[in-house]
Order: sequence, then structure tokens, then C-alpha cells
Amino acid sequence: MDIVSIRDFSREQIEHVLKLADKMVPVAKGEERSVLLEGHVLGSLFYEPSTRTRLSFECAMTRLGGRTLGFDEPKGSSVAKGETLADTIRMVDSYCDVIVLRHPQEGAARLAAHFANKPVINAGDGAGQHPTQTILDLFTIRKEKKNLEGINVVVLGDLKYGRTVHSLAEALAMFGAQLTFVAPPSLQIPKEHLKQIETMGHKPKISSSLEDSIKEADVLYVTRIQKERFPDPAEYQKVAGTFRIDLNALKDVKRDMIIMHPLPRVGEIAPEVDATEHARYFEQAFNGVPVRMALLGLVLGASK
Amino acid sequence: MKEFKVTPIRNGTVIDHISVGMALKVLKIIGVKDDVNSTVSVLIHVPSKKAGWKDIVKIEDRELDPKDLDRIALISPNATINIIRDYNVAEKFIVEVPNVIKGIMQCSNPGCITNKDEPVEPEFVVESKKPITLRCVYCDRVTTDVAENIR
Ligand SMILES: Nc1ncnc2c1ncn2[C@@H]1O[C@H](COP(=O)(O)OP(=O)(O)O)[C@@H](O)[C@H]1O
Ligand SMILES: [Zn+2]
Repeated sequence: MDIVSIRDFSREQIEHVLKLADKMVPVAKGEERSVLLEGHVLGSLFYEPSTRTRLSFECAMTRLGGRTLGFDEPKGSSVAKGETLADTIRMVDSYCDVIVLRHPQEGAARLAAHFANKPVINAGDGAGQHPTQTILDLFTIRKEKKNLEGINVVVLGDLKYGRTVHSLAEALAMFGAQLTFVAPPSLQIPKEHLKQIETMGHKPKISSSLEDSIKEADVLYVTRIQKERFPDPAEYQKVAGTFRIDLNALKDVKRDMIIMHPLPRVGEIAPEVDATEHARYFEQAFNGVPVRMALLGLVLGASK
Repeated sequence: MKEFKVTPIRNGTVIDHISVGMALKVLKIIGVKDDVNSTVSVLIHVPSKKAGWKDIVKIEDRELDPKDLDRIALISPNATINIIRDYNVAEKFIVEVPNVIKGIMQCSNPGCITNKDEPVEPEFVVESKKPITLRCVYCDRVTTDVAENIR
């Protein structure tokens, strides 16, 4: 079993992973010990830098009694000498029991799954998919909101290029959430995605004003707006300023509204927000561990 | 006696009912270039008995293989293939868009792994045959302009 795209999962399968992840929480926190994956080896191939994803996979594997090998940048490895991904995968396949891959090219994980006999988990392929992030986001929302049916999720930031946003939006739609996309017009969600989401559930709302949307939000999902997307730095400053979340922006929000962010943040959320009852981004980052534990257990056949 | 716009061929392949204007692309996708060693006739804008206009390609001494037929269906869904043996139509079939396209066209996404030096053939799932919509099995990119992406 490979985990390449969130679209490979049915709603029931996602529910099952969320349930398993819930059971993993005490182990993820170090309160309980587990030898579930003792003797198993994870091959961790990061062709692009990543902190959270890589460390949380390593943490998940270690907490379950397994071990990790691999690289966190291709420099110095045979990859730098021009080895194809297919060859690297075939080699690593014989050194480990499960492969976790982060790669700059879209479709890289599907290709790896094609050449590997061992399960492959996609840890992000270019502007493509990042299914474990999607599941941990769902896990975080579910933990707070119990039922996703009809809850208002406001998704804010770069909705055009943002890697995590498209698959999360599709998954949330599948669970019946009401989505509102807030972005500057140049970074709004692409039409194809919008259409896809409409066929799955409620018709999403589109807005360019955070002020209008934030009051109704049960969840505010903030993503980074990258400077590189703007030819004019002044334009970037303006947009970044409009969508910045600080205490003032939170004046009229629902009391139990939660704020999420895949991190790292660069100014989208002011540090003063961290101490509010709304902030959930650090919990979200922690949730990567139990969710990845659940997925590792499943693909390795140790959990049912 | 049949009436022919070009001299009858003894053996070869006639691709008939090509969508008008597509004949040159058909030549391109079945790999007929200036290095051919038999006669190829191209008829562009021929009145069709069925409807409107069509293109026709006649290739002497070559029977097309099925892999080439798939390619034709992608840009000309109503084309018929006539295998000519000894001046007669010996076999006749209508090209059909397959459900999966492998190794014929490349992905339109420059960031797709199949556009790098990897040992895989690009592969597409046909999401819709009319109009033709293909989704890359690797990167999920959807393409509708087939002619543009044929290798
Ligand atoms: N010996 C031949 N040489 C060249 N073209 C031929 C020959 N026999 C048939 N064709 C062409 O092949 C196509 C199919 O022929 P046929 O089956 O007779 O006609 P249709 O499909 O219109 O009923 C037509 O375009 C016809 O002109
Ligand atoms: Zn592709």
C-alpha cells in the first residue's frame, strides 16, 4: 500500500486513519512506550529541505521502535552525481521497509511507487500532493470540532500555488465542511479546483476580504503568501499587510474559532496571537507525529 | 470502376475520414517524415460522403501497427484505417481512443517527473473521450490539447 495522493483514500479510510492516530497520541507524547515497528527501517529521502515533515516522520518511526536512514539534502549523495530517481528508489528499496519521499518534481512519488516493492509515502512532490499533511490537518480540526459537517472553514493566503491547500480543500469538502476562500484576486483558488470542490459538497464562497469572512469562521486556516509571487515588492507588502492576523483582526471572531497554519510562518500570524485560545498551529505540528505513526503502522501491516 | 483522386495503390494503408485539417498532424504522429522510402499521398479538404470535409492519407507498402492507430484516434476520432492488399481493401477498422494512453504524448506540465530523465513512459488516463481529456497518471495535470503534446 502506497500513500501518494489524498484522492487514493475513501472517506472511510481517512476516518480509520484518524481513529488510529488518536490511539497513538500517548505514544507520540512519550507517555507510553511502543515496540509496534521494532526491527523496521524507514528510508527517508528528502530532495528538498523540510523540517517538520522530516522530523515528525523520524520521530514517529523512532517512537514506535523503528529506525530511520536516508538523507535530508541530495548534495553529497549519488543523487548529486545525476542518478535517476528510479535507480535511487530501487537501491533504497532493498535497504528499508518503507520509503518516505520529498521531491521537487510533481509525480515523483507515483514514479517511486512504481519502482519500489516497499510502500512509498509521499511527503510532498513539488506543487503536487502532500497527503500526510492533509490528514494531520483533518485530524487537528476533528479533534477540536468533532463533526466536520457544516463547519465554516476559512482558508486564507496563497490559494493558487499553495501545495497543501488544494488537497485539504478537497478533503474538507468530502467531509461536508463549508469552505470560504479568502485571497487577493491574483492568488485565488484556480477554477478547476473550485469546480472539483463543488462537485464534492457545499458550494464554496470566494472573498477578498478577511474582515467579512472571519466572524463566521469556525476554523481559520492560514497559509504563507510568498514574496516571489509578486513582481512588485510594494504590492507584496500591501497584500501581506491586509491578510495579517493579529489581535485586532480577531476582535469579533467566534470564541471557539481555531487558527491553523502549516508552518513555517513568516509574519502571517503575529506572535501575540500565540497566547490566545485560538492558536492551534503548534498542536497541529505535533499532530503530525501520531498521524504519521498511524500511517506507518498501516502501510507496514503492523496496525489493522 | 471506382473513381480515385490519386492513383490506386497496390499495397499499403489508407487513413480515411481524418478530421479536416489534421492530415499533416497525422503524418507527424505516425512518424512519416521526409525519410520515407515509399510514396505517401496526402489529400486535404476532400468532400466527404458522410458529412462536410475530410482529409485522407495514403501510404504505400506500409501496414500501420495498433500503437500508431491509437495516436490517430487522439486527434481524429472518426478516422478509418483501410489496409490495402492487391488493390483491394483487405481490412478496415475505425480507430478508437483507448482508456489509457502510454508513451504517445508527453505531459504538458514542465515540472512533471516524466519530463525529466527518468526511465518511464508518460502515461495518461482518458477522463473523457469527447472532448478528449487526459490526466497524467504521475502529476495529475489535465490536458485537452493532444496534438500539441504528441512526441
Ligand atoms: N487500391 C486503393 N488505392 C488507393 N486508395 C484506395 C484503394 N482502395 C480503396 N481506397 C480508398 O480507401 C478508402 C476506403 O475505401 P472503401 O472502403 O472502398 O470506401 P468507403 O470507406 O468510402 O466505403 C477510400 O478513401 C478509397 O478511396
Ligand atoms: Zn505529468
